Amino acid sequence: MSSSTPTLAQGVGTGAGASGTPFLSVRDLKVHFPTPDGVVKATDGLSFGLERGRTLGIVGESGSGKSVSSSTILGLHRGSRAMVSGEILLDGTDLLSLSDEEMRLRRGREVSMIFQDPLSAMHPYYTVGNQIAEAYRVHNDVNRKQARARAIEMLDRVGIPQPDRRVDDYPHQYSGGMRQRAMIAMGLINDPGLLIADEPTTALDVTVQAQILDLLQDLQKEFNSAIVIITHDLGVVAEMADEVLVMYAGRCVEYGPTKQILTNPEMPYTWGLLSSVPDVTGDTDARLVPIPGNPPSLLNPPTGCAFHPRCTYRDKVPGSLCTTDLPELTPAKSGGFHVRRCHLPDPAAVYAEEVVPEMQADMTGEPIEETEK
Amino acid sequence: MSTTSAAPKHARPSGSGVEPILSVEDLQMYFPVKSRGVIRRTIGHVQAVDGVSFEVPKGGSLGLVGESGCGKSTTGRLITRLYKPTGGSIGFEGEDIAGFSPRQLMPLRREIQMIFQDPATSLNPRHTVGQIIGAPLVIHKITGKDGVMPRVKELLEIVGLNPEHVNRYPHEFSGGQRQRIGIARALTLQPKLLVADEPVSALDVSIQAQVINLLQDLQREFDIAFLFIAHDLAIVRHFCPEIAVMYLGKIVEVADRESLYTRPLHPYTQALLSAVPDVRQAAVGGRRERIRLQGDVPSPINPPSGCRFRTRCPIAKDVCAKVEPPLMQVGPRHKVACHFAGELGHHPAVPVTGIDVEGAATGGTVVESAGPGFEDTWLDLSTGQRTGA
Repeated sequence: MSSSTPTLAQGVGTGAGASGTPFLSVRDLKVHFPTPDGVVKATDGLSFGLERGRTLGIVGESGSGKSVSSSTILGLHRGSRAMVSGEILLDGTDLLSLSDEEMRLRRGREVSMIFQDPLSAMHPYYTVGNQIAEAYRVHNDVNRKQARARAIEMLDRVGIPQPDRRVDDYPHQYSGGMRQRAMIAMGLINDPGLLIADEPTTALDVTVQAQILDLLQDLQKEFNSAIVIITHDLGVVAEMADEVLVMYAGRCVEYGPTKQILTNPEMPYTWGLLSSVPDVTGDTDARLVPIPGNPPSLLNPPTGCAFHPRCTYRDKVPGSLCTTDLPELTPAKSGGFHVRRCHLPDPAAVYAEEVVPEMQADMTGEPIEETEK
Repeated sequence: MSTTSAAPKHARPSGSGVEPILSVEDLQMYFPVKSRGVIRRTIGHVQAVDGVSFEVPKGGSLGLVGESGCGKSTTGRLITRLYKPTGGSIGFEGEDIAGFSPRQLMPLRREIQMIFQDPATSLNPRHTVGQIIGAPLVIHKITGKDGVMPRVKELLEIVGLNPEHVNRYPHEFSGGQRQRIGIARALTLQPKLLVADEPVSALDVSIQAQVINLLQDLQREFDIAFLFIAHDLAIVRHFCPEIAVMYLGKIVEVADRESLYTRPLHPYTQALLSAVPDVRQAAVGGRRERIRLQGDVPSPINPPSGCRFRTRCPIAKDVCAKVEPPLMQVGPRHKVACHFAGELGHHPAVPVTGIDVEGAATGGTVVESAGPGFEDTWLDLSTGQRTGA
């Protein structure tokens, strides 16, 4: 079933037409973990591309494979029991074919990562300054003093007050927002071309989240890096990402420019994500429309379309196609490189006729005919 | 009151006319900070909650929002009397429970229950679901041994779980299901007030909606009052007709959701609302215009003098450091604590609290903090006079 999926060689996004291969190009990436209970297909045939200076948002529930895919790009599943196949081209080099030592030279210099919980991602025994300077000394032939100066410079750049004093603090002496800033300083100290941010603001308050997102965008402009931002908050995606990839059960189910995905989504799972979050201006008497059921187990994913047990639109598909055949990623109506994985003959029409009215009732609080008065 | 006519189709009038089930006045919680060494002297206090007053109507819900460390969870724990307050009163059904002894609290535990944030750590991994949900019945000797199982199965059905799963352990359930178990446990004794401390923030988005819908159904069916604590402004707005915003141990603004979300008067509320990322921004592209707050929340051990928000406030003046603004009523169901309360971009130049910029009384009436409830008259911000409905 899963072996029939290597689609979308063309599934690379921005700029693919102009220069051939974009800066980051992931093709048919598979990460499988053998366990005593069977093979967990955490990522199963994922393809995307990303240019420098652009941001890709990866959205999905926990267990949809978004973190596994990105940590594979960083080479964090080498030497483990994971079975990785496919291609990860960064600036023309296939990261999967590199030796451990070659990958080590690139990690932190060309690709780096910001983790969700900076308290557990930082070493509690070392000062923040030491940890940031270490990242610099690994890749640059500098002495301690120079590395420390560079660490202070980076801390200043990410907005830590009194960086020359705070550089000697331990992580627990920083507040949550400051720790995340320090993580960003660590990630960007070698000016990497690709930065992966795994839920960078999920553990933070909204006001701090806004500060961190501002910072990431400023730094992206300054360093012209490509950013992959993993999140479950569609609001963050809407404000940060140029392109969106929606993942479900280890596969990409919808991929395209942010504007098209969030205004004209063509996959019932994306509809569900959009309608299950209340809006700060929505009607409060309307009930939320949740996605029924639970995310599937990756050990034993549903046959056919992995979303079919939770999909409320599958009766619109003729026959039992949803339960038997995995839909291919096919171009969506809105054009561009917007693709989706759904058997519905015309999902755009279903969205316009059924989902939007339901969500609009949710937005204005009035049935449509009453809004005229 | 005439004001309720403005709210069209709430199932229940959100406050006026409805008796409060919970009335909290000037609640304080100071945690001592001890020195190091053998003799551990108290060298200061964390002022986690400092003078908080609010009401929760019977069968209604009040939302409590704020950044982490603002004291919202402590407030919840004070109301369930997991902590003993340093000062103030907690009126529950007309009785002040702030000073109750553990023995006096025993019957009260049936009335006030709590739902915790993280379902993975709030359920005992060694107990089956049946034992967890049935425990309150056994402890309070509500039913005999035979009565426990039928009630547990009934509760499982109410929260949407399979009654046959009574003998399973918490680890066999998913996050959303575990939160349902926590909710079932809280419902066992048919409480009148539920304190929900971030009940959905540990869950996936698609599951959040399921749990929120469940809580709303339960509220309607059993007429339970909720104190709903969360940091997600959209979810609080969806669930609660009335919302209090906390900052550093104090309430800075309370209002019905309509006023709070469309016409916030406190600069902190305005900043908080403008920081929420919006999905619909995708149609426009780029980031939304918003108020940037600098820095972090100050330490509650040594909070700023006067108004606690002044260190990060975009409109703070000298007077804010000298005089603490009272929580004054400025609308039928709207209270705000700010010297320069006003709509975004229209903050007044002189304090509205009846003092001059030096902090001295101007001769007019100095506005004082209102009680926990709402009164029939309020201060009209445009005229500076007291008006009524």
